[in-house]
Amino acid sequence: MGRKIVMSITGLFLCSFLVVHLIGNLQLFNNDGGEAFNIYSRFMGTNPIIRTMEFVLLAGFAFHIYDALVLTRRNKAARPIGYANNHPEQNSTWSSRNMGLLGTVILVFLIIHLWNFFVPARFGGLEGVVIDDVEYENLYLRVVESFQVWWYVAIYVVAMFALAYHLIHGFQSAFQTLGLDHKKYTPFIQMFGYAFSVIVCFGFAIIPLYFFFFFR
Amino acid sequence: MAGSNPNAKPMDLTLKVWRQKNRETAGQLVTYPMKGISPDMSFLEMLDVLNDDLSVRGEEPIAFDHDCREGICGMCSLFINGRAHGPERGTTTCQLHMRHFNDGDTITIEPWRAAAFPVHKDLVVDRSAFDRIQQAGGYISVNTGGVPDANEIPIPKIIADKAFDAATCIGCGACVAACKNASAILFVSAKVSQMSMLPQGKTERKTRVENMVAQMDIEGFGSCTNTGACAAECPVGISLENINMMRREFISAKATSENLA
Repeated sequence: MGRKIVMSITGLFLCSFLVVHLIGNLQLFNNDGGEAFNIYSRFMGTNPIIRTMEFVLLAGFAFHIYDALVLTRRNKAARPIGYANNHPEQNSTWSSRNMGLLGTVILVFLIIHLWNFFVPARFGGLEGVVIDDVEYENLYLRVVESFQVWWYVAIYVVAMFALAYHLIHGFQSAFQTLGLDHKKYTPFIQMFGYAFSVIVCFGFAIIPLYFFFFFR
Repeated sequence: MAGSNPNAKPMDLTLKVWRQKNRETAGQLVTYPMKGISPDMSFLEMLDVLNDDLSVRGEEPIAFDHDCREGICGMCSLFINGRAHGPERGTTTCQLHMRHFNDGDTITIEPWRAAAFPVHKDLVVDRSAFDRIQQAGGYISVNTGGVPDANEIPIPKIIADKAFDAATCIGCGACVAACKNASAILFVSAKVSQMSMLPQGKTERKTRVENMVAQMDIEGFGSCTNTGACAAECPVGISLENINMMRREFISAKATSENLA
């Protein structure tokens, strides 16, 4: 049960990261040729508090993924012989039974996403751009260029569907795992979790679609 | 037969039953055609009919667990057509009647599947893991002295009702059978919260939850993913609330207990 508590706390922490990330990304819609976004990107890459949080975030992912692996192994071992005829769809939701699959899709997406944006932004490889006589790395240009490729956009949209389903179960499940269950508040948590999952993932998915369809 | 439905037509069925000689040997599904099954029969009576046939033919009857046959003992099990205790909600296999099936149906009957519930023979599984979890703390050991006067210990009705609801768990193991992780958390939580809510049980609440959860892990049950399958399949309707209550018990016990082991 200890590992499940770690899963829920890291899961909720990662949810909070999604909010920050999405709000920052909204600057992509600024229509200023990427000025605000590139300045923001420099801030996120140099501010010592943000840099520290980067490691906390990395630890959050690491614990969440490691515990998922340990728990999944244990859970598989708990039923070595499966049923010949099984109808779990009659007693539980698809997403609740496939958190590992959804999580794997998200992890693959994350690797692609970091490789394309985070790695060049952190370790160099982006073109320069001058804003108010100061040279910035043009992460905005990388965003625009990446999202002209249809299959790259498709990966993002599919991944956001996976994330939405992962969160629809995961958000409210995390509260249950912590024993936070109440006749009055639980329905609100469930509703909020559902709305949170849909809105956040829609917000992320709209970015590649926006650049693909309206930014040629 | 008194009370039977005169309009009920006998059914022909095809059964696919898990046959396994003992713990060591591998098992397989064996097909048995059945004719003229009354819709008024219970599922276990239908199996009795099949076993009668098998005995007459000189074959080994199918071993399955059963006892009271009135839905209160928790002895019967069976994973029927992909569901614990069959397709009906809130019922044990002995209370499942053949009228819920149709003429010509194929019915798959398998034992509970869990590493912690090894198959003894055919459809009989060893559920002593539940007994060992109970022995780890599912009792009250304080000396309560003589019989107290009625209502001397005030217990609010809402608490008494909740404790009683948890106490209706019959320990059949359907929760484990239905869970994708073969988790026993619904069973354990019913046993923990049943006692920890009442004054007599509160004195040992910390060690109880710690020891019972530890034993649950030792027995090799999986962890809880909150799919809710257990409560959906529970024949007596044990609520998921109990799981969350046990988590609160567990977290507060771990935070404050003197037991450092």
